[in-house]
Amino acid sequence: MAEQIAIKVSNLKKSYGKTSVLKGIDFKVRKGSMLALLGPNGAGKTTTVRILSTLLKYDEGEVSVHGYDVKKQSEQVKSVIGLTGQSAAVDELLTGRENLIMMGRLYRLTKASADSRASELLEEFDLIDAAERPVKTYSGGMRRRLDLAVSLIATPPIIFLDEPTTGLDPRSRIAMWEIIRKLMSDGTTILLTTQYLEEADQLADQIIVIDGGKVIAEGTAKELKAKVGKDRLELIFRSANELRAAVKLLNKEVAGTDDKEQSLTIMINDTNTDVRNVLDKLAKGSINVESMAVHKPTLDDVFLSLTGKTAKVEEEEK
Amino acid sequence: MAAALEFQHKSKLLSFFTDSWIMIKRSSTHILRNTDQLLGTFFQPIMFLVLFSAVFGGAISRSLPPGVSYLNFLMAGIIVQTVAFGSTTTAIAICNDLQKGLIDRFRSLPMSKMAVLNGHVVSDLLRNSISTVVMLVAGLAMGFRSSASLIDWLTIAGILLLFTLAFSWLAAIVGVVAKSVEAVQWLSFVIVFPLTFASSAFVQTEGMNSYLRAFAENQPITQVIEAVRALMLDKPIGNHGWLAVAWSLLILIIAVPLATRMFAKKASQA
Repeated sequence: MAEQIAIKVSNLKKSYGKTSVLKGIDFKVRKGSMLALLGPNGAGKTTTVRILSTLLKYDEGEVSVHGYDVKKQSEQVKSVIGLTGQSAAVDELLTGRENLIMMGRLYRLTKASADSRASELLEEFDLIDAAERPVKTYSGGMRRRLDLAVSLIATPPIIFLDEPTTGLDPRSRIAMWEIIRKLMSDGTTILLTTQYLEEADQLADQIIVIDGGKVIAEGTAKELKAKVGKDRLELIFRSANELRAAVKLLNKEVAGTDDKEQSLTIMINDTNTDVRNVLDKLAKGSINVESMAVHKPTLDDVFLSLTGKTAKVEEEEK
Repeated sequence: MAAALEFQHKSKLLSFFTDSWIMIKRSSTHILRNTDQLLGTFFQPIMFLVLFSAVFGGAISRSLPPGVSYLNFLMAGIIVQTVAFGSTTTAIAICNDLQKGLIDRFRSLPMSKMAVLNGHVVSDLLRNSISTVVMLVAGLAMGFRSSASLIDWLTIAGILLLFTLAFSWLAAIVGVVAKSVEAVQWLSFVIVFPLTFASSAFVQTEGMNSYLRAFAENQPITQVIEAVRALMLDKPIGNHGWLAVAWSLLILIIAVPLATRMFAKKASQA
């Protein structure tokens, strides 16, 4: 049997008035795999997820989830998806357990199934001690865990995770990653949106980079990194003067400089010969290097080379 | 996973009722957990009753028909006023829901679309019933006496429940329109305050100037108050009974579809 497709999006367009948010997006997600939609704020990630989860109407294109047409069969779509949005969508005044049971019942689970599944998830997500406390007493990380647990209450085969770790501290983020990995190993199809390149790199089978409502690149993390190709040599100097002298000396080879770090970056093809050449030139010019490092390309570099912007700048804009 | 999950698939109509019931339980739990609001539910009506009867009682009792004490006159008015003001909490609850991601979650579930609003409105009936009972008990302790029969009381309960339901649905519209909880509060205030004061809640309408009187005597709140008052004090009810019911039904016919549609629209934009 051919590969089964869980989510199929073709030529998806959406605009608000004259502002075009999605300008024709295409992608497919294989059953049981994880696709990451990677992009800066305003790229159209959340809009895409809202359309896929029936929350938002779209203007043009075709969208199917689990074989159901999102426009015509929204009720069927709703019963096979779980959604975890950016803001924790749980009831503050209800307890963790009450939230889970309520959502389970709304997913049409029988009372007995909702009860037992709630206990199971509270255990699994390390919320059992807080189960009978109102959610307003929970920490940010606990809320996100509960939020994810709620979307899993009816074990839907497809899960949308819209920036599940935005705003979490590093420890909670790693705990969340563990949970997501476990979900993947259970065979759930996952669509993840993120502005953290590391997150997509860590978790996803397939990555789609979107910017300005368009897909600008796609592939596995490895393939995307290969697109950028070269390794980076970073040289750090003791003083700004030495940095300037080095830039003058190496001239065309310099790919970028950072005045604050007093460092420069050079793209290299072959680590041995290229690094030796650079160091030889510097030695001839009597310029001392304080330290150096060779970096393999990261998704940050991919992003930079694709969009001409760094992801970090985007985050600061937020 | 321990055991296979069992699903119950129901007809649309049955889902409407079970989902509404789930949402009613949710909103009622909110009411019981929100202790500040709950205290208000108990003490505000008592405060109104004590203040109005003490402050206005002496001055107004002379203008009342012979044999009617101000407390007996006031009771119907203050109950309806409390219910009208109480609807603000429905509006606040709905406004709150719309500002949080929770609404998106509900919309992504295979649940009935009207259930969320139903939950708020129906649980509000519960809270208002508590307020009304508290007020009646306090009134009795202060000397309120009624000559109403059991059937009269059941009629009173019916008229009040219908009116509360209608007003809660109106409040639902306010909750959808308002951009913040603060906006809900002042918006409800400028709607409810004039309606309850330009009525026969606290004084007889005879003393008002002709324009105000024309408004006061024909607006829905006065009809409800007069109907309840006549039943409580065993006076002829006239047209007030059916007018009270007709007004409530008219409000419901307009407000229910309007609130539902506006809620769905606002939720999809959030």
